[in-house]
Amino acid sequence: MTLIISVFEQGFIYAIMALGIYITYKILDFPDLTVDGSFPMGAAITAVMINAGIPAVLTLPVAFLAGGFVGMLTGVIHVKLHVRDLLSGIIMMTALYTVNLRIAGKANLPFYNQPTVFDNDAVNGFFPEGMRDFQTVIILLVITAVVKLLLDWYMGTKSGFLLRAVGNNDTLVTSLGVDKGRVRIAGLSIANALVTLGGCLFAQQQRYFDVTMGTGTMVIGLASVIIGTSLFRKVTFMKVTTAVILGSVIYKACVAVAIRLGLAASDMKLVTAVLFLIILVLSMDKKRKVAS
Amino acid sequence: MLELLHIDKTYNPGTVNELCFFKDFNLKINTGEFVSVVGSNGSGKTSMLNIICGSMDIDGGRVVMNDADISKQKDFLRHRRIGRVFQDPSKGTCPEMTIMENMSLAENKGHPYNLSRGAAKMRRDYFRSLLAPLELGLEDKMDIKVGTLSGGQRQSLALLMSTMTPIDFLILDEHTAALDPKTAEKIMILTDKIVREKHLTTIMVTHNLRYAVEYGDRLLMMHEGRVIIDKSGEEKKKMEMGEILKKFDEISLEYGN
Repeated sequence: MTLIISVFEQGFIYAIMALGIYITYKILDFPDLTVDGSFPMGAAITAVMINAGIPAVLTLPVAFLAGGFVGMLTGVIHVKLHVRDLLSGIIMMTALYTVNLRIAGKANLPFYNQPTVFDNDAVNGFFPEGMRDFQTVIILLVITAVVKLLLDWYMGTKSGFLLRAVGNNDTLVTSLGVDKGRVRIAGLSIANALVTLGGCLFAQQQRYFDVTMGTGTMVIGLASVIIGTSLFRKVTFMKVTTAVILGSVIYKACVAVAIRLGLAASDMKLVTAVLFLIILVLSMDKKRKVAS
Repeated sequence: MLELLHIDKTYNPGTVNELCFFKDFNLKINTGEFVSVVGSNGSGKTSMLNIICGSMDIDGGRVVMNDADISKQKDFLRHRRIGRVFQDPSKGTCPEMTIMENMSLAENKGHPYNLSRGAAKMRRDYFRSLLAPLELGLEDKMDIKVGTLSGGQRQSLALLMSTMTPIDFLILDEHTAALDPKTAEKIMILTDKIVREKHLTTIMVTHNLRYAVEYGDRLLMMHEGRVIIDKSGEEKKKMEMGEILKKFDEISLEYGN
C-alpha cells in the first residue's frame, strides 16, 4: 500500500516536471537539458526558504518564477546568441550546478522537521487523523490537476496557439508578423517554470535538497511524455496533458517494480536509461523503423 | 508602392564560390499592380522575394515600402503588411492544428496574441463562409488537422489565410508549382479573384509562362539578377506566349538549362 501511494506521489511530482518537458520536446521540438539544472534549483530554493522559516506555500510561486527566469535565459542563449538548442541547455545545466550549490550553500541540505506544503498545521488540521497516509498524495493530486488545467487553458489562448505554431511551422509565425524567437523564449520559460515547480515539490516530499538530484531529469521527463503520448494516442477524448501525467505515474510504477525485483537505488540511473531506450524503440513508428 | 533601389547582393563573399547576384538592381512596383515574374532557375526571382520580405540580407541598396525605408526592418515586422504564400503548401499552415485553429491564428494577424480565447466559436460561421467558395468541402472539416489535407487543399487554405487580414502586398512564391495541373489552375483562379477583390499589390513568381501571360497586369522576366523583359498594360496584353517562350529558350540555351 505504501508502495502504491509512493508511486502516485512521485508520479504526480514528476508529472508536473514532465508537463514542462512536454512543452519543450513535443511542442517546441527543443531538447532542453536546462531541466537537469532547473529541477534541483527548485529544490535548493525550497530548502533554503523552508529552513529560513518562510511559509512553505510561498516556495511554490518563488520556484515557479525562478524557473521561468532560467528558461528565459536558455531561450536568449539559443535565440539571440544563435547557440544550438542542445548546447544552450547544456550550458545552462552546467551553470546551474554552481548556482544551485550557491543557493543551498552546500551539496546536501535537509529540512526534516520543518513544515512543508504536505505537512503543516493548516493541512494537518484539515485532514482527519485516519487520512494521514493519503494527505501528501491528495495534495499533490490537487496541485497537479490545477497545473494541468491551467496549462490546458493556456494552450487554448491566442498566445498558446502561437506557441503550438512555432514548434510546428515557424515560417507561419513570421508570416503572422510575430517574432518567432520571442515565442520560443516564452515557451522555454513556461517549461522550466513547471520543471522548477516539480523540483520544489520533490524537495518537500523528500525533505531535502541534494545537488545531484537533477541528473536524469530530462530522461525521466521524456520517458513519461513518450509513454503517455504513445500509450494513449488512440484515446481521442483524453487531453495530451492527462496522458503525460498518466505516463509519469506509469513510469514511476515501472521503476518501483524494478526496485522490488531487487535492484539497488544506485542502479537506478542504468535502469532509467535502459527503460528509456526500450520505451523509445517501442514507441517509434513502424514507418520509421522500416526507413532505417 | 514598393521600390528596390540599387540592390547589391553577393553570395559567399571572400571565398572561391563568390557569386555576385544582384548588382545595382532596381525595381519599382506601383500600388495595385499585379506583377508576374518568370525566369530560369537561379535567375534571382526567389532571392528578390526574400530581399523584399527580409528573409535575406542585402549588401547595399535600399528596400522602400510606401515611401518608408525598410531595409533594416526585421522580417516579421515587414510581414505585418505582407502576405506570403510559398511553393511548399506546408509552409503556410500549421499541420498539427485544425482548420478552425489555423484560421483563427491568421485572422488575429496584426493584433496581440494575448491570453484571450484562441478560437472564438462565433467566428466559425464566418470562416465557413470564406471556405465554401473554394468548393473543396473544407467548410465541413473545420475540426480536422490541416496535416491530413491534400496539398491543393492546404495551399487554398494558405492563400486564404495570408489574405484574411488587411495587407498591402501579396507575395506568391511559385505557389502553384507543387500542385497537379488541375489544382494549380483552381488556385490561380482563386488567386486572381482575391487579388482583384482586395486590390492587393501582388508579386507572383511562377515557372508557368502561361499563367504569367494570362494573369497579372505586368510581366517581368529575370535572368542572372537582371530584369530582361518588363511589359505592362497594353504592351503586356499584346504579348504572346511564343514571344516569351522564344526569349526564354534563348537564355536557357545559352546556359544549358
